[in-house]
Amino acid sequence: MHIQLKEIHKFYGPVHANQGINLTVDSGTIHGILGENGAGKSTLMKILSGYIQKSGGEILLDGRPVEFRNPAMASRMGIGMLYQDPLDFPPLTVLENFMLGQVHGTRLSARDWANKLKELAEHFDFHLDPEAPLAALTVGERQQLELLRLLSLGARLLILDEPTTGISPVQKEVLFQALRKLAREGRTVLMVSHKIEDVEALCNRVTILRQGRVTGEMEAPFDPETILAHMFGTPPSPPPKCAKEAGDQVLAFREVSAEGGRAGLNECTVSFQRGQVVGLAGLEGSGQGVFLRLAAGLQKPLTGTVLLDGQDMRGADHHEFKRRGVTFLPTARLEEGLIPGLSITEHFALAACRQTFLVPWLDALKVARTRVEHFKIRGTPETSVEGLSGGNQQRLLLSLIPPSPKVLLLEQPTRGLDVESAHWMWQHLLNLCDQGTTILFSPAELDEILMVADRVLVFFNGRIVLDVTAEEADPDRIGSAIAGRVSDE
Amino acid sequence: MERDKGTRAKSVLGQAAAILALAFSFTTVVVLLSGEPPWAAYRYILEGSVGSWLKVAQVLKVWVPLVLCSCGLLYTFQIGLWNIGVEGQVILGAIAATAVLRWGAHWGSPTAVLLLSLLAAVGCGGLWALAAGLLKTRGGVNEIFAGLGLNFVAVGVILWLIFGPWKRPGIASMSGTEPFARELWLPTLAGWRISPYALAAAVAVLALTWWTLKYTRVGLACRAIGRNPHASYLLGLRPDRWMLIAMMLAGGLAGLAGAYQVVAVYHRLIPAISSNYGYLSLLVVMLANYRLVWIPFIAFFFAALNVGSIQLPMMLQMDSSLAGVIQGSLVLATLVVHGWARKREQAS
Repeated sequence: MHIQLKEIHKFYGPVHANQGINLTVDSGTIHGILGENGAGKSTLMKILSGYIQKSGGEILLDGRPVEFRNPAMASRMGIGMLYQDPLDFPPLTVLENFMLGQVHGTRLSARDWANKLKELAEHFDFHLDPEAPLAALTVGERQQLELLRLLSLGARLLILDEPTTGISPVQKEVLFQALRKLAREGRTVLMVSHKIEDVEALCNRVTILRQGRVTGEMEAPFDPETILAHMFGTPPSPPPKCAKEAGDQVLAFREVSAEGGRAGLNECTVSFQRGQVVGLAGLEGSGQGVFLRLAAGLQKPLTGTVLLDGQDMRGADHHEFKRRGVTFLPTARLEEGLIPGLSITEHFALAACRQTFLVPWLDALKVARTRVEHFKIRGTPETSVEGLSGGNQQRLLLSLIPPSPKVLLLEQPTRGLDVESAHWMWQHLLNLCDQGTTILFSPAELDEILMVADRVLVFFNGRIVLDVTAEEADPDRIGSAIAGRVSDE
Repeated sequence: MERDKGTRAKSVLGQAAAILALAFSFTTVVVLLSGEPPWAAYRYILEGSVGSWLKVAQVLKVWVPLVLCSCGLLYTFQIGLWNIGVEGQVILGAIAATAVLRWGAHWGSPTAVLLLSLLAAVGCGGLWALAAGLLKTRGGVNEIFAGLGLNFVAVGVILWLIFGPWKRPGIASMSGTEPFARELWLPTLAGWRISPYALAAAVAVLALTWWTLKYTRVGLACRAIGRNPHASYLLGLRPDRWMLIAMMLAGGLAGLAGAYQVVAVYHRLIPAISSNYGYLSLLVVMLANYRLVWIPFIAFFFAALNVGSIQLPMMLQMDSSLAGVIQGSLVLATLVVHGWARKREQAS
């Protein structure tokens, strides 16, 4: 399918998200759309998939102008979109999910559909059990299923939004193979990403967006420096690693077992020193999430003990952990970390002011003013947090951390952040660790660990299968440990 | 910014017009179906509620308990709880006040006994709400079901008391218990149909609620927890504890409304002592869009409908329940219009 977008504009109220974007995608190619957060990539793709309506401009499919009023219309035209978080139904089985939304073949039996699914899966070397409940699948597998479903609906253009977020390196390779095969067969693939290495590995051509406009277009092979320049203006440099000697033991797990995630946590014994930056790697649900929640006192162990400064924390809740200097930052910012509808000042009144009967509003406002400035939050103290962009919400969360925390637990701290914001955030975090804070984080991407951590733990199936220092950690070794293969070298 | 304010004011006015149009066209259809002239019905309601100072005093008499309950419900709505149990909390307040007045009639100064009865009502209403709150936070029972269940229990208790231990000497009837002695009535000024003390108390409760929600930790905690309990916990609040506090505040004020019904309106305990003012207050708060500033006005409007509609059976062949039809369709129209506005906002 040949796609041509002409002068696409999109306004969200006063925000001009797409400012006259022109884009041409040839059939049978894999085309990358690169850009930092807020560059307008997702908006453009949602317009193309019929999820939102453009404010102006023209869409041509194979030379013919089209108008989509909803995703169903786009789907009938052969456009399928794979969202970053798969839009599927966890309580149903794989097969039921596959059958949902099919517009043809209502008279086919479940067995026919199962055969169809099997055929398609084999074609792309996917391994999916039709009877498995969807909830038991990894994000990568759910993505594979969604891909097959879109193909069975007759998608000739596939749009993928950040498809490599949250999936394992192996799954990523399988996905890339499948996409290459689709392109060879004449289908068109549009991949939205902010990861240059994914684009390098896969795309024939790339369009770079910045602040709602196209800033560059190029053919493979790409020059990463040029791409970065188009994305950011000037390429950012990685933050310096924390050069602190390891200090006293701060946090320790003794034979801790717990439920949660897909695998729970199994008899985990490990300890952490002052000033360490520890990356927790593993497939989603391998135990690192449970581990962080245990360390924060948000969840109680079934057996074993968590020690903070050598003290048994049995029976203590999160607030007790918090009093002793443990801070937890959840991954879902607006769902778990911030309170939509409350202003920035109100957040500081809750988190950073004296807990008196009368709220010290003047103090809260003062704190808000200084921190908004110091953390470069684009907003005023009166701004409601849901009005902030993702990067600014993350900055606000950081600014809510009490001064000099003892242990900082971060779940996917840079999820959805562009490279620049992520760098800025790590600079701030590593400053804290210079002052003695221990940081434990479970990133969305392995690169992040290799970039900032000085120790790496790999979780597989609820156990720590690898515990190495940064020097010993090479991507291949960690990658295979994530997939459950541990070499004894 | 200025233009922003202007457009917002315009959209609020537009919404209000849409709500009134929807609600009154529906009500008009209902009146027409019953074969009566709608304009006459509305006129009788209007004349019957604000046609004279006497009528206005009558309306204010209903306004007081509506304001008390509505203020309490603000706390529970803010924290994200549906305190349907407010009706039972009114009843329990009335029972507690009656108990003190019956047993304490000879304890000493009537003023002290009256004050004590009000305190007991606040406490009892609060505890009844606490029960619903505990069922919610400890037992995992949805507060709507907990409250509804406790409402039925409260009705059972009040009927048992009126037809059992507290029945009038000789006969037990729906007309309630033996009336209290005059000195145990809430004092009024000569020539006033409504106690100025009650009016002053309602205004004070309005002011106090405004202050509490705006300036104290209670208001901040309720707002935060109602919008995101999980994040509130991470930021150092204990949602369960605050929910119980919000429930007790709502129950306490509802209990006070119940006591008012006993000491200032009926001067005895009757089975319908709550007059459904608890449920009606839920509608008041919803129509006020959970904003305190609108509550006194909407409560007055609802009270006027209630009082004015008493004219209907006398002047027309209609039941006074038309007031309920108007109140209900207003709230539904509000919810629908707000829903549309939200949808339009999201679409643009």
